[in-house]
Amino acid sequence: MKKSDIPQDRGSDDPSNFNELYYATDTEGNYVTGKSTGWDPKKIALDNAIEEIQERAEKAKQRVLNKETSPIEYYMELNKMDIPILASYVGFWSWRVKRHLKVKVFHKLSEKKLKKYADLFEISINQLKDIEYGN
Amino acid sequence: MEINFTHHQTAHCENGVVSNLMKFNGYDVSEPLVFGIGSGLLYCYIPFLKVNHAPAITYRVMPGQIFNRFAKRVGIKIKREKFKNPAQAQLRLDENLKNDNPVGLQVGVFNLSYFPEEYRFHFNAHNLIVYGKQEDTYLISDPIMENVSTLTSKELEKVRFAKGAFAPKGHIYYPVDFPKELDLKKAIIKGIKHTCKDMLAPIPIVGVKGMRFTAKKIRKWPKKEGVKKANHYLGQIVRMQEEIGTGGGGFRYIFAAFLQEASVILENTKLYDLSNEMTVIGDTWRDFAVDASRIYKNRSAKNDAYNDIAIQLENIADMEEVFFKKLKRAIR
Repeated sequence: MKKSDIPQDRGSDDPSNFNELYYATDTEGNYVTGKSTGWDPKKIALDNAIEEIQERAEKAKQRVLNKETSPIEYYMELNKMDIPILASYVGFWSWRVKRHLKVKVFHKLSEKKLKKYADLFEISINQLKDIEYGN
Repeated sequence: MEINFTHHQTAHCENGVVSNLMKFNGYDVSEPLVFGIGSGLLYCYIPFLKVNHAPAITYRVMPGQIFNRFAKRVGIKIKREKFKNPAQAQLRLDENLKNDNPVGLQVGVFNLSYFPEEYRFHFNAHNLIVYGKQEDTYLISDPIMENVSTLTSKELEKVRFAKGAFAPKGHIYYPVDFPKELDLKKAIIKGIKHTCKDMLAPIPIVGVKGMRFTAKKIRKWPKKEGVKKANHYLGQIVRMQEEIGTGGGGFRYIFAAFLQEASVILENTKLYDLSNEMTVIGDTWRDFAVDASRIYKNRSAKNDAYNDIAIQLENIADMEEVFFKKLKRAIR
């Protein structure tokens, strides 16, 4: 890639000001560094990944409202987590976290356990119990 | 307290921390040189390990390996420490800062407040340097950022004790022992040899074989996984190739820059020509990313589109196989 070809694809509506360092060749063919404001193919890939996460969270929300899963699943998706990551943050085994996703088990959880989840997700216990709390 | 430390932006975090710490200690070592001597270049497809719900793909070696190999090959020693107790971890950091010693830290990026939002996933192998502390705020030199940043002690503790795969556990590291002069020539040759060995490894998921393996999988994805998943998987390949730090083209351009520097140090013009070849390969990787992004942008899943992408990847594998065989001969 020539230095003059370093992509500068940041849209005018993009508020971020992050510029990445690239290695590219100058007119003599020697390697130099230059800055890139963004590259469309990468932006599309990132946007798709974010969209995917939002979709997963939205689906989880519906499942919570239908009482098919506990609110923990919704907050887990919202925080881009999966069960092993969530388990290591709260310090339970994965199979226990999986159990806590069951609506019946969730309702019997102690305040102490609920607080662990709530603290991790940075929400109140009320918000954890009811995902539409305060709305 | 603030250590008189100069921040240089680099493409990749681990190279950057090493290069910046070396520069602080009086050794002018560029990022590409660290990357090449540390044999950072790799391709590996790990089908059974899922990251963000898609198979893991990496274009570089495991976190920490670049520094370890670099240190061993140029003859410096690194001190590394991990902690169970966050308070202990902070104490050790403060001690070093008091002694005017900037240190490298391994951190998770999910809670890294100054990071661009779209990059904040549960990825725990990011590296940064701490070079000072003012009251409750740490002065941070994150090599991939243009400018220095700050984090409160609470924020820093959160990223140092992120959980999940590769949990950093407060990992702190810094060079402690330097030789009188770095033996770069020997180190470069060792680094190149190792990379050639990795890329030509007789293991189905590694190096050029790994690329062919991925190509085969790509062909099967639309039928086996459905359009949505197939597109998501393809997106993961591009994200890994172009995520911050690759300097474009999945590290191929940094490697080309390294070969150019190596050709001067070793007085070997063959490496200069090979650097040009690697640049072309980097361009081909970027073409691949452009075409792949077109598929998932249109959300089309014509089988032939996936087939075309797979052919492109196989073509790159062929180019790299020829390339690394030549490179191996060039340094004999």
